[in-house]
Amino acid sequence: MITKEAIMSNGAPSETFTLNLGPQHPATHGVLRVKMTMDGEYIVRAEPVCGYIHRMQEKMGENRTYAQFLPNTSRIDYLSAMTYTHGFVGAVERALKLQVPPRAEYIRVITSEMNRISSHLVWWGAFLLDLGGFTPLLYAFDDREKILDLLESITGSRLTYSYFRIGGVYNDVDDQFLKGTREFVAHMRPRLKMYRSLVTDNIILRKRLIDIGPISSEMCRKYGATGPVIRGSGVPYDVRRVEPYSVYSEFDFVIPTFQETDSMARYLVRMEEIVQSLRIIEQALDKLPAGPVMAEKVPRVLKLPAGDYCYATEAARGRFAVRIVSDGKEIPYRVKLRTPSLSNLSLFEEASAGMLLPDALALMGSLDLVIPDIDR
Amino acid sequence: MTTPNEPQPKVDSLPPANPAAATASAAAVSAKPVAVASPQPTNPAQPLAPPAPPPPNPLAHLSLPFKGVDYKAKGYHCEATVAPDQVVAVAEVLDKEGLSLDTITGVDWMVEGQMEVVYDYFHPTKTLRVVVRTRIPRDNPEIATIYKVFPGANWHERETHDFFGIRFLGHPNLTPFLLPEDATFHPLRKDYAA
Repeated sequence: MITKEAIMSNGAPSETFTLNLGPQHPATHGVLRVKMTMDGEYIVRAEPVCGYIHRMQEKMGENRTYAQFLPNTSRIDYLSAMTYTHGFVGAVERALKLQVPPRAEYIRVITSEMNRISSHLVWWGAFLLDLGGFTPLLYAFDDREKILDLLESITGSRLTYSYFRIGGVYNDVDDQFLKGTREFVAHMRPRLKMYRSLVTDNIILRKRLIDIGPISSEMCRKYGATGPVIRGSGVPYDVRRVEPYSVYSEFDFVIPTFQETDSMARYLVRMEEIVQSLRIIEQALDKLPAGPVMAEKVPRVLKLPAGDYCYATEAARGRFAVRIVSDGKEIPYRVKLRTPSLSNLSLFEEASAGMLLPDALALMGSLDLVIPDIDR
Repeated sequence: MTTPNEPQPKVDSLPPANPAAATASAAAVSAKPVAVASPQPTNPAQPLAPPAPPPPNPLAHLSLPFKGVDYKAKGYHCEATVAPDQVVAVAEVLDKEGLSLDTITGVDWMVEGQMEVVYDYFHPTKTLRVVVRTRIPRDNPEIATIYKVFPGANWHERETHDFFGIRFLGHPNLTPFLLPEDATFHPLRKDYAA
């Protein structure tokens, strides 16, 4: 291993220079800019610069009704649209004390977990692309296509679903969807074994990820990092388990954690989460009750009682929380969206100090950033 | 003009025209004083059920004004409203309790002339969500930073400064975070015209 000391002793100059990574860089997946102060190949300071895709979603929340804001929630983290819509409708339902029918809750769980798998597949393909492997992306998108086809058949959309409505879901699932979902679960399990032998056990990947970018559980706590990042640091924090919402308490699943805290741990957490999501989907399909998919008597004009209401969901990237402040009118007084990518990226400056640039890119990829989720 | 479709007054909810007569007739049928209970629903000042016990306060052991909140109704377990100069001390206490900073945000209460600053915390291993609120004057919104306690507060405070113009005293880099680098406006202030 070439150390910094060895380079310096050979007479390398000691001045630093500034390197802009992004906002148009393939490894930043969108428009994130990282202003890096470099000492040769080593990072002295890496400061993320955000806001290039800022859309002021929270202001939009203050000038339209609750139902009109609902489509926005699919467009914050476009890879995890279901859980984001769930957070928003959940907050409104909590304020109105609406009882969502059980069938709707089960459909929400099935579609959310499908969405989580498709999000993890995009991350898997893109992350490996960052590390220089092109083939896995093609496998990942092949399998993701099956999920998108299934979700399109019931939601009419392939990415920005807006499928959950205040009081239930937009429409019922049909037998074709249920059959197709069972087939997908059966199809995905052997594929994961193939993923393992193709990529996870690959010595090149392991050399690039093991011991790279350690993030301690204490650093996660100080920065509010959640999702696979904190679980890769050995903390079993998952909103589905800690603050059970919807019908998640009825399913048998484990929260995968790894104690290694490195990029490989975060990689393995996500791969294991796909397995757990498949388990949840299977159980939800077995238990799916009959009945309506919309609550009775959802008021046509939604006026939330004055006060503030929070609702948190476990998105693919971690904890997503909505805070609605109502003053009793049809239009929210304030909508706060707490997104996981922002907190997960905020520790990058501290975690990446002193790293080699290619290793820092592996660390950044293992955080699974979606930039519109940070910028909102 | 009255139409046949006009809603009729609900007869059920009206008190009997002559309660004394109703009681007398009921007493005539049965010796049990069943009719005595009937006037009670007409008196809203006396609820039938005793008030629900206050929700448990998981942070009752702290000498801070935390009170328990019904999680099912609100989405958090306890909250406290503190003085603006208390937020750093509260953050230190919650840090020692092992909580993590969820987010920081503001709410512009223009009519009252106040800015509310809301600090959300969650516990990484327990089922516990905590909300800390404080109010500062709207015409001079200044409050101390808590980034020394929770470094994650750095970006949340920059964002809150962007949107509300709240100045976090002692913050190392209070430059625009999501807004353009030359932005001088604060779009979530209620008097901001888009």
